[in-house]
Amino acid sequence: MSDATRDRILARLQGAPRRETPRPEMPPPLAPDADRGARIARLKALMEAMRAEVHEVAAAQWLPRLQELLRKRSLQTLVYAPETSIGAALRAAWEEDSSGLPALVPYDRPVEAFKETLFEADAAITTAAGALADVGALVLRPDAQEPRLMSLVPPVHIALLAADQIYPSLGDAMRAGRWSEDMPTNLLLVSGPSKTADIELTLAFGVHGPKELIVLLLE
Amino acid sequence: MAPETFEQSAERALADAQLRKNFAFAMGSFILKRQAVFSDVEETERLRTLGNAIKQRALSRLPELLQQLEAACTRNGIRVHWAETTAIANRIVLEIVESHAASRVVKGKSMVSEEMHLNAFLGSHGIDAIETDLGEFIIQLNGEKPSHIIVPAIHKNKAQIAAIFHEKVPGAPYTEEVAELNAIARRTLRRRFYEAGIGLSGVNFAVAETGTLCLVENEGNGRMCTTVPAVHIAVMGLEKVVEKLEDLPPLLRLLTGSATGQLVTTYVNLITSPRREGEKDGPREVHLVILDNGRSRIYQDPQLRQTLLCVRCGTCLNHCPVYTRIGGHAYGFVYPGPIGKVLTPQVEGLEKAGELAFASSLCGACEEVCPVKIPLPALLRRLRDESYSAAPDGAAVPGRGCRQNLAERLAWKGWEILNTHPRLNRLVTALLGKVGDCLPLGGPLERWTRYRSEPVFADRSLQRRVREEGIPDE
Repeated sequence: MSDATRDRILARLQGAPRRETPRPEMPPPLAPDADRGARIARLKALMEAMRAEVHEVAAAQWLPRLQELLRKRSLQTLVYAPETSIGAALRAAWEEDSSGLPALVPYDRPVEAFKETLFEADAAITTAAGALADVGALVLRPDAQEPRLMSLVPPVHIALLAADQIYPSLGDAMRAGRWSEDMPTNLLLVSGPSKTADIELTLAFGVHGPKELIVLLLE
Repeated sequence: MAPETFEQSAERALADAQLRKNFAFAMGSFILKRQAVFSDVEETERLRTLGNAIKQRALSRLPELLQQLEAACTRNGIRVHWAETTAIANRIVLEIVESHAASRVVKGKSMVSEEMHLNAFLGSHGIDAIETDLGEFIIQLNGEKPSHIIVPAIHKNKAQIAAIFHEKVPGAPYTEEVAELNAIARRTLRRRFYEAGIGLSGVNFAVAETGTLCLVENEGNGRMCTTVPAVHIAVMGLEKVVEKLEDLPPLLRLLTGSATGQLVTTYVNLITSPRREGEKDGPREVHLVILDNGRSRIYQDPQLRQTLLCVRCGTCLNHCPVYTRIGGHAYGFVYPGPIGKVLTPQVEGLEKAGELAFASSLCGACEEVCPVKIPLPALLRRLRDESYSAAPDGAAVPGRGCRQNLAERLAWKGWEILNTHPRLNRLVTALLGKVGDCLPLGGPLERWTRYRSEPVFADRSLQRRVREEGIPDE
């Protein structure tokens, strides 16, 4: 049935009078900040306006900074990706000193066997594949090691972003990363914690996704 | 009982002071928010021109792009289904749900699913369709339809919503605190996401090049519906396909800027395949249902085809002097406001919904703000013409000529005679100058004068004054 339906719909469309219009030329980036510092500043300002926390930190110092941020919050669990280099670094740091820190919970099996743990977790930490300065958003590319739900289900999402990965715009990120040649299962832009304005247009944060988004911006 | 006409429901909405207040406030805020992100007029104009060109290009290659999309999705492991009507689309969704023996579906916001009346259909087959967008959740609790395509519960204020939650959500206290109302929805729906076997969503853009479905949202419920359950079903109108991934950046900016005045939504979700080997989460099956429902007929007419450029941002609603005063429910159909007035009569037919094309002052505000430059007033006039057209049927719009009637035909014939016969014209204008103001205003004229001042006839016609003042006839 579906094939006949499909063919009928397509035949109707093909039978319509039409003339192919040319592909429009894509404009140059909207915020062509060549200056790295300006890109960082814009990303930070826009994401903070959307209630994300952005912490600039030297690449070698991210673990102590993370631990400091975690100690300020009384969290029980932190979901992490055990097979990544970040995962190994976290384990090593926690072995050294885990006082006042949430327990590390590896996302190490299919969600079917991990769902309950995940839905009860307080936080999760992932990498960001990049960021967009013009609109203020992270680019996330979840994969086998870093599953999709880490950045969605726990109330606190912590993302590690390398400052070198901040692109002027989405178009730039697409071109630089050759996205069209190899799209992952799921690719996301995330500009802050989840929010809604469905009641009287009053902005409220933390509806279904994370209530807090913490970005560690690694220099 | 005959269903209420548009005129009757508009009257009723206009008399509802609370409703008018809710809409006036919300639409006013939306207008300001949009202005703030589109403050550079020239840049905005360039962006709108680009948006129009991208969508025009996609429409000009629509059948090819749909085939390319199908091939790319299939390659990626997304199963593609085609539906000519909403009944068939509903049937396809039901079959997928039943094949998984599921009794519950969690839904992200989707106007196409509203167009399908999917919730009622699934309900009649014993399947619970749960709306998870906060606005949709509110109106579903109260058994209502969306009144706006972006903010479906905008006709309710927080006191009304507080009462609905208190009454309909077990254990919910009465509170007008927006943060607490959100927390109630979060608690209630988390459980649903956790348990659901099937998630359903709409699609904002489908990229033919890569077979990618693009969804935008702020709450995270859309991501929940498309990521947690083992099966994800996406439904889309066939006009949602775009050619390339690089078409997305300008379209996304136009969509979110126009819809909510945001530079970007909290989440832009690009879905290209179900869970791959070795991945730990994501749906194991992704289905894409491509719905026609009259769109391929609209496509036949080069002018009316522009209806299909629409990205469903809702900004034409926010700027419409009619919509902002009567709200969405008065239109009586799924899509309200200017785009609804253009789309609905073409899908439902002019007999059933043609009245909507007349519910406009043709002020042009909608066209001025449309992110893809749909000439909405011209399309409204075209539909009005179609309603009165004497041309043979079989054309693009069903119900063509349904408004033809003898009285109007005679009136216009009389007008024509009066204006092509100078002596008769002189006689009648002289007569009207004397007695015109005493004519009874009953009958068909009353419909005009009920809300407008009645015309005053001049003592002397323009023609007579010209003659008397000796202005030469050239």
